[in-house]
Amino acid sequence: MENDLTLDLLAPLERAEIVHVDWSALAPDEGKRLRAMGIDAGARVAIAHRGIFVGKDPIALMVGRMNVAIRRVHARAMTVRLV
Amino acid sequence: MTRLRTAALVGNPNAGKSALFNALTGARQKIANYPGVTVERKAGRMFLPSGEPVELIDLPGSYSLDPASPDEEVTRQVVQGDFPGEPVPDVLVVVVDAANLEQHLVFAQELIALGRPTVVALNMVDMAERDGLVLDADALSAALGVPVISTVAVRKRGIEALVEAMGDAEKQDLSARHEVAGQSLPERRLAARNMTRGAILSEDSKHRLHAKLDKVLLHPWLGPPILFALLFIIFQAVFAWATPFADALDGGITALIGLVEGAMPAGVVRDFITEGVLTGVGSVVVFLPQIVILFAFILAMEQSGYMARAAFIMDRLMAYVGLSGRSFIPLLSSFACAIPGIMATRSIADPKDRLTTILVAPLMTCSARLPVYAVIIAAFIPATTVGPGIGLQGLVLFGLYVAGIVGAMVAALVLRRTVAKGGASGFIMEMPRYQMPPLRDMAIGLWQRAWVFLRRAGTIIFIATIALWVLLSFPKAEPGESQIDASIAGHVADGMHVILSPIGFNREISLAIIPAMAAREVAVSALATTYAVEGADEEEEAQGLIPRLQAGWSLPTALAFLAWFVFAPQCISTIAVAKRETNGWKWPIFMLVYLFGAAYVFAGLTYWSAVALGL
Repeated sequence: MENDLTLDLLAPLERAEIVHVDWSALAPDEGKRLRAMGIDAGARVAIAHRGIFVGKDPIALMVGRMNVAIRRVHARAMTVRLV
Repeated sequence: MTRLRTAALVGNPNAGKSALFNALTGARQKIANYPGVTVERKAGRMFLPSGEPVELIDLPGSYSLDPASPDEEVTRQVVQGDFPGEPVPDVLVVVVDAANLEQHLVFAQELIALGRPTVVALNMVDMAERDGLVLDADALSAALGVPVISTVAVRKRGIEALVEAMGDAEKQDLSARHEVAGQSLPERRLAARNMTRGAILSEDSKHRLHAKLDKVLLHPWLGPPILFALLFIIFQAVFAWATPFADALDGGITALIGLVEGAMPAGVVRDFITEGVLTGVGSVVVFLPQIVILFAFILAMEQSGYMARAAFIMDRLMAYVGLSGRSFIPLLSSFACAIPGIMATRSIADPKDRLTTILVAPLMTCSARLPVYAVIIAAFIPATTVGPGIGLQGLVLFGLYVAGIVGAMVAALVLRRTVAKGGASGFIMEMPRYQMPPLRDMAIGLWQRAWVFLRRAGTIIFIATIALWVLLSFPKAEPGESQIDASIAGHVADGMHVILSPIGFNREISLAIIPAMAAREVAVSALATTYAVEGADEEEEAQGLIPRLQAGWSLPTALAFLAWFVFAPQCISTIAVAKRETNGWKWPIFMLVYLFGAAYVFAGLTYWSAVALGL
């Protein structure tokens, strides 16, 4: 695959656009919640903060004017491209 | 007769719905549960400009009509008229956050498309302006096809105009609404973006206060110490500030008992009122100051937006035992009392996460354990120091707290892999902007929570104490026989003693833990009663409890008793609240069995090791 950059690999404040989300990797209700929050293909996002413990989990994601805490497993299911 | 009109506040979480609800209804609110689900139904009375009363309900915050949690399911059913016994609201008041318009308009469009009389409250316009965003409500109204009123709920700005628009809402022409019905989520999202752009008068992104605060509060090295310092202050406050109030309440109850004893002839009825009702209900009411102080901190943390950050910081640690940051708040509350803690689990969307949190919440050292720990530690642990400034007694108390936390973590780990097995629990949580907690909303919230606690705990403990009082008071003792020995509870204690003697419990302990089912700290007064009753003369009765314990108990027995109280679910109110919150008896019974099992095993291990060590 030509683009395998996933959201969890972004450096803080690096701007990116979500190009694909592997919904099958997420629980149905979680996928629904993420989509309802606008975290979906086409969304412009950036990582604002990361946790300090192992795996730097969770992730505070900036989407629009909102900050949303998600886990790294969610971020790993999202392919992004830098913008 | 015309029926009472109804209106509903509906919108995204963090849109300021509750503040708007408070501004519209004042303190005239009723909190109950929707039947069959543990979702809170908040209703209040407001008046239209015509003077007509309207019942306003505050629906749970939702992101869409496609529900992802029980709360959202209730919102969907009510606005679509599918909720049995709940009338379809005559007017929908869609609350949107002006500073997060693009996101909130997505759900707003879905609600408008329902084709019902609708008013949009463009809320928190002051916060948006603080962030450098000025919006045109009229342009937004033209784009949405419904009235849009700018409001600042916490300052009561725009409330009159909103009420007026609600009064006129039923004259709205609904025919045009169907155009937007059936749009897909991406279509609504695109429309939301365009509408937001069309409504912006000026935008300047300089003053992003929350980003600056987050830089400090979510800083990898500063964030956790700040959180722990705050928790330390909360603990200090809960245990130190509450004492004078709790003592005053205790004194008041004692005075009341004295008053009743003076005013009524001796007999079963007087005993029932003094020993049963006043003593029993009083034993819960004395926790009110602690609970109010704890709630004040929790409300301030929630309303300021910091609670979501605390959950963010704690999430990873909670993830180790299969929980998420959302469990942090209920478990924190449980240090004061498991009852509000278990009630606070409603914010956890994942049912398995929520169940696990409910099941481990009683392991957090609640304040009712403190009197028990204090008496036993004072009697059996020498007041020596084990290092500079570290007292042995304090160390043992600290150890008991840690034992509870470790016990809860291990229990959560096991439960998540067995009875509460489920997919990896996620953690998706919007982090709201920071704001000063509005005092009025804090006061209303505090009053409501305190009242809910008193009512729930009060009614349950009322019934439980009556039952226990009956068990302890009947049948009446023959002359020369002690009342407790003669009572039903005394006979039960004889039976229990057979089971409890292997773990070092004497008959007095077996007896004391029966009334302590009402509330843990009752164990202290029950022990005092037991020893006093058995005293041959007044002098012996007057002897304090501590020397009696020192004379009657071995150290291994005392340590086993402490270990027992770390685990034992000695609180009927907690069990009853767990029953309510899990909608049945299955889980509270499970909770009783596993916690009493753990209490037995750990008290036994403590006793046997202490004996083996020759203590």
